[in-house]
Amino acid sequence: MSKIDFDVAHLLAGSLVLISFLELYQDRLYSLLNVYTLHALTLAASVAWQAFVQDAPHLYITAVIALTFKAIVIPVALHRIIVKLGIHRQIDKVVGSGSTMLAGMGLVALSMVVMLRVTQEADPLAREDLAFALSVILLGLLMMVTRHNAVSQVVGFMSLENGLVLAATGAKGMPLVVEISIAFSVLIAFIVIGIFLFRIRERFDTVDVQALDRFRGERR
Amino acid sequence: MTLTMTLMVALCGAAILLALAALAVTLAHAAAASRIVYGACIIVAAVSLVAAAADLLGAAPPQTLTLPLGVPWLGAHFRLDALSAFFLLVVDLGALAASVFALGYGEHETAPQRVLPFYPAFLAGMTLVVLADDAFTFLTSWEFMSLTSWALVVSHHRVPDNVRAGYVYLIMASFGTLALLLAFGLLAGPAGLYTFAAMRAAPPTTTLGALAMILALIGAGSKAGIVPLHVWLPLAHPAAPSHVSALMSGVMTKVAVYGFVRIVFELSGDPAWWWSIVVLALAGVTTVMGVLYALMQHDLKRLLAYHTVENIGIIFIGLGLALAFKAHGMPFAAALAFTAALFHVFNHSLFKSLLFFGAGAILTATGERDMEHLGGLIHRMPQTAFVFLVGCVAISALPPLNGFASEWLTFQAILLSPQLPSWGLKILVPAVGALLALSAALAAACFVKAYGVTFLGRPRTPAAERARETDRYSLGAMMLLAGLCLLAGILPGLFIDALAPVNLAMIGARMPAQLGTQWLSIVPIAASRSSYDGLLVFVFIIMSGSLAAMAIHRLASARLRRAPAWDCGYPDPSPATQYTAMSFAQPIRRVFGTTLFRARETVDMPPPGDTRAARLVVDLHDLIWDYIYAPLAAGISAIAERLNRLQFLTIRQFLSLVFGALVILLLVLAIWS
Repeated sequence: MSKIDFDVAHLLAGSLVLISFLELYQDRLYSLLNVYTLHALTLAASVAWQAFVQDAPHLYITAVIALTFKAIVIPVALHRIIVKLGIHRQIDKVVGSGSTMLAGMGLVALSMVVMLRVTQEADPLAREDLAFALSVILLGLLMMVTRHNAVSQVVGFMSLENGLVLAATGAKGMPLVVEISIAFSVLIAFIVIGIFLFRIRERFDTVDVQALDRFRGERR
Repeated sequence: MTLTMTLMVALCGAAILLALAALAVTLAHAAAASRIVYGACIIVAAVSLVAAAADLLGAAPPQTLTLPLGVPWLGAHFRLDALSAFFLLVVDLGALAASVFALGYGEHETAPQRVLPFYPAFLAGMTLVVLADDAFTFLTSWEFMSLTSWALVVSHHRVPDNVRAGYVYLIMASFGTLALLLAFGLLAGPAGLYTFAAMRAAPPTTTLGALAMILALIGAGSKAGIVPLHVWLPLAHPAAPSHVSALMSGVMTKVAVYGFVRIVFELSGDPAWWWSIVVLALAGVTTVMGVLYALMQHDLKRLLAYHTVENIGIIFIGLGLALAFKAHGMPFAAALAFTAALFHVFNHSLFKSLLFFGAGAILTATGERDMEHLGGLIHRMPQTAFVFLVGCVAISALPPLNGFASEWLTFQAILLSPQLPSWGLKILVPAVGALLALSAALAAACFVKAYGVTFLGRPRTPAAERARETDRYSLGAMMLLAGLCLLAGILPGLFIDALAPVNLAMIGARMPAQLGTQWLSIVPIAASRSSYDGLLVFVFIIMSGSLAAMAIHRLASARLRRAPAWDCGYPDPSPATQYTAMSFAQPIRRVFGTTLFRARETVDMPPPGDTRAARLVVDLHDLIWDYIYAPLAAGISAIAERLNRLQFLTIRQFLSLVFGALVILLLVLAIWS
């Protein structure tokens, strides 16, 4: 593998981590969605580059799927949901941005240490790719944990899944079937969550998941 | 083919019993269901019994068989060696007698659909435990045996006490299985060799073997009823229908002994010298505590259940001595102690089943288990009274019956203890001997109470007054067992010789052959040291008894006279003036119970003007329950109460838990070198 191939793959994966940090920082829903679109675009680019580097044409299909669903369909749909629910003015934060960013940095460091230590014999590209992918996954989880709003939790879940796809494409020889099934399961999860959002809203007049806890009718 | 015949017979028997259990589910409501199920059980048990006896007496070589059942890479291994054959014989004999008894007793069952399906399954479970030759099969059969017996314990689930008994039993049974699971895990080692053959081939290191021994003692001991793990036993055994009580007390506890012997004597490698100290100390305490608990009871079946605890203590004393002698390289003494333990296993299964059958017959005839409501049954149920008396004499270890023979052998082993080199054992073993002697005396007192209050005197309630002799099947089963008790008592040499192959397999030595000795006496070590002749004692008792009876009738009066019983010179029409079970036990309660049970007697005196009778109220505490089990239960429920909050977190908090767990695991991975 030539040096330029490696550097570009590294650049794309690294930007994905950086964009995850950007997501963490956004507290308005529209801007969050925009950053997520960028996240998905970068993922598509990264996958396409991997397809080119590994000379694996089926990865182009993965890239196209990522582009269509994650960068276009889902953001547009979420956008419409936000408009329909009229929650575009809501500010959504549980923990302050500063501490969230610090925690995120700690997670990235952790994933680096773990991955570099565990995969010492692996191919260097796959190795760094995996480290970045794990960082993206952890940052997505962190996002889900630090947000109240169901829409931001969906975005957190989607970027977590982006990390999974990044990891999958970084490893050579992964069959297309797995990627397609992941993509579809994400789509279905998205549809289910979307329907739930409306149901929640109908019932409780809010998509703040804290309202759900109040209505569970159980002792807290 | 002929080589594995006995094993095939036993396994086919177990399979038939399981099929029978399934059949009983559909049959249960039919009128003849009880006869069909118990009849089939009798046939299976009898065939298997004959095969096992032939195998043991013929000293057949071990037979193995692997069936493609259970875990795919392991299969189900079965093996029938001398030890299995002996315990199979105990199981089948108990099953045969219980099934014959149930032919009559089962007719009175109010809820046959709750008993009939589980009974054959329970028998099959016990059979499979003694045949299993790998850890998976053993534990599966063991748990199957526990669960089916649990189902039988709660068969009369409308009685609140039974539900509690079932609950305590279930917890203790799972705890015991957990301990056995860990023991087998240690024995299997990191390579995961779960067949007993592999464990035999590669004995564990000293430390692992010792840990496995402790775990086996806990696991098998909780099933057998070693103090302080006995708490479930006196609750669960009496709660089941009487023929099942007999099986649980007489046979299932022996299957637990089998598990202990199999693990400790065969799979755990050579014993260290201190193993026997643990076993002997626990067994000594068990023996005395069991009989003292029994003395405090006035529920007949519960009294019998506590006596099982005592007898398990006696068996474990024998096993502990065998371990001590084996560890110190004294194989012949070890063989004597081991034979004593196994002979007591056989004997206890006989007379405990007999006594539970008697209790069942009384329960059927009167509807009462409380001795304070019985009395005078010897006139109403003379045959039951006779066989029950045989059982009482046997369990009290009086010659010429079998209980004496095996306890005498245990004492012979204790008397060999001065030859042991270690000082700890030299001091401990005589102390245990003293405990054994004390418990034998107390057991006799206890059965004087049980028999006297139940069968002698005058009936205390109308129910006891209306009692009728029990049916012929129940009587047949009891007479079979009583006959065997007598046979094992007057011909112990026969049984000791039959146990030789077991000793050779487990200890590596055997007791001297007994059948060649003069007058059928038994000589455990040498004729100059000690010998016992059950037959001579029997003949002497018969002769002196008949002579005395003849003399009395000749010299006094030939006429049978009836006089008021126990009137102390003041005949009172009320049967309440007789000795009661509580009053009979009072002296012993005052001597031992004041500290051991914190027994307090208070007189509940009515206020002046009130015409009700004054009452003597006895307040007993089970200190083991109060100080071990109650705090444990309170601790567990306190922790559970704390953890309960985890069920009511918000979605975000649940996610945070998962996230936190993931991060911690990754941290561990990062720090781990």
